[in-house]
Amino acid sequence: MLLAEVEETLKRIEAHKGVIGTIVVNAEGIPIRTNLDNSTAVQYAGLLRHLTMLARSTVRDIDPQNDLIVLRIRTKKYEIMVAPENGFLLIVIQNPCE
Amino acid sequence: MFTDEALDSVSVRSLWRKSQQSEQESRDCQTRAVHSAEAGIQTVFTTLSCTQTEPQDQATEQLLKQNHNEPEPLGLKDFLQRVEEAVIRELVRNARSHAFDGFQVNWGDRSQLVSCLHCLQHPISQERGLHVTSVSWSCTGSVIACAYGRIDDGNWSTERSYVCMWNLDRRGLSPSQADLVIDVPTAVTALCCHPSQPALIAGGLYSGEVVVWDTSRTQDPVLALTGMSADSHREPVYQVAWLPLQKKGEFGVLSASSGGRVLVWMVDSDQGRFILNAAYALVQQQVSHSSSVSLKARGSSTVGITSLALSPWDSDTFLVGSEGGLLLRCSFSSKVPAAAPSEGQSVTLRAPAVFSFRPHSGPIHSIHCSPFHRNLFVSAGTDGLAHLHSLLQANPLLSLRVSDSYVFQVQWSPTRPLVFAAATGQGEVQIFDLGHRSLRPAATIEQRGAGQAASCLSFNCQNPHLLAVGNTDGTVGVWQLSADLTEQSPRESSQLEQIAHQVAE
Repeated sequence: MLLAEVEETLKRIEAHKGVIGTIVVNAEGIPIRTNLDNSTAVQYAGLLRHLTMLARSTVRDIDPQNDLIVLRIRTKKYEIMVAPENGFLLIVIQNPCE
Repeated sequence: MFTDEALDSVSVRSLWRKSQQSEQESRDCQTRAVHSAEAGIQTVFTTLSCTQTEPQDQATEQLLKQNHNEPEPLGLKDFLQRVEEAVIRELVRNARSHAFDGFQVNWGDRSQLVSCLHCLQHPISQERGLHVTSVSWSCTGSVIACAYGRIDDGNWSTERSYVCMWNLDRRGLSPSQADLVIDVPTAVTALCCHPSQPALIAGGLYSGEVVVWDTSRTQDPVLALTGMSADSHREPVYQVAWLPLQKKGEFGVLSASSGGRVLVWMVDSDQGRFILNAAYALVQQQVSHSSSVSLKARGSSTVGITSLALSPWDSDTFLVGSEGGLLLRCSFSSKVPAAAPSEGQSVTLRAPAVFSFRPHSGPIHSIHCSPFHRNLFVSAGTDGLAHLHSLLQANPLLSLRVSDSYVFQVQWSPTRPLVFAAATGQGEVQIFDLGHRSLRPAATIEQRGAGQAASCLSFNCQNPHLLAVGNTDGTVGVWQLSADLTEQSPRESSQLEQIAHQVAE
């Protein structure tokens, strides 16, 4: 039951326009759900977790009452969106021009 | 009885030696022969091979594998439910957004500052107080040619002058020592490098002569000279230009003088002289009148030409600015004879003017046609204003206050359609960007010395980040322009198109 809900949520996100991939990363920085291939997911997870931590600490250093909600990275090819919470990370890669 | 007895000798063998020697013994001893052997060995092929296993992230593997049969990590469901809304909202917004359309990041090294690279000086000219009257880059973009003369002196003089050249790409560039100095008997008023041959430079002299120098000739650099003939100018030549002729790759020299003549010369390099090809005269009565200013022509009714520009788009068109502020569009193919008395020229004088723009209120020192739009040009003069004109309209599209003093030269940037620079009598060079909303200069280049005017400037078409500025204190500054003054942005050409299609008030 639990499983189905999680999968369904991810499916809903993946159904959106231009979405290339989703990765769910746990608190240890290990991808636990993804529709991408293994090595890509591991690479994305490791690098983006690091960057997200850095971004979050920057936001909180500036104002301790503040917090990071979504980190969006616009690149030449696509946009990477990272939503952190409770140690989990949801990474969505989207091609907005598609 | 007695007889000789002969006794046999008796020998007694000595026993001594025997008794001594009897105990002698002789012994021999020898070690066995040592056997030695030599052997060589060599391998013919060598191979080397390495192998390494990559550390496997076992935990990752396991967790990925357990995807479907292991229980969910704690809190995953809650997490996904919480972030889903935010992520979907952003995804939708992203797909619709045009915020980054046409946005380009340049990660290269951008120079943000306008800085002075070289300050070139010719000590003899400086001592004599000569001004830099004209600067021109060679077609390769590495050599800068500077003409010395006077811009404040109206008197006829026979003061000697110079044309100096510096090669900026030379290794041992010495700012106070020119690579080449050409002695000229009178002040040089105009200079123009050949558009394809780096060694050729056309010059106009204060005496009215037109000259072409060939810097590759070591003995006498003068390739051709008009001399003082019936054909030549009798007033200072204020502009020279290389005019493309019908045959591709051939150029004639176009010269304009304050005597109201525009002459087209063919260079006869074998004979070392010029042949007059076409002559145009601007006469007061023949200038189409949309002007209301009364013009005080010098003595006769000729129009003194102070500036001239060729259109890069239309080989038949040239623009002329006069001492009286007249701004005229002229045609090379005009057949109308000029109403000027013939002075024995070998070619009939023709009246080229076809259209008159609204005049300036003072002499026009400079005109330059836009390299990015066929109808646009900019003109400036002693009134301190830069007028942006369309060839199709009499009134200027835009008038910019450049300076409270004179403006000596305006020139469009060769790379940015909306940018032009103006050299002012206050010593600054103002660079305007028409893309900016305000009509203030986008950049100002200040000169060192106070009270010195910037008399001429020139963009380098080969190295667009270089701008040469000549000053009345005899120095030539070579400035490095910032990236935003040299790099064209995506929408710039359409903006220029819009400006050109405006209707003047």
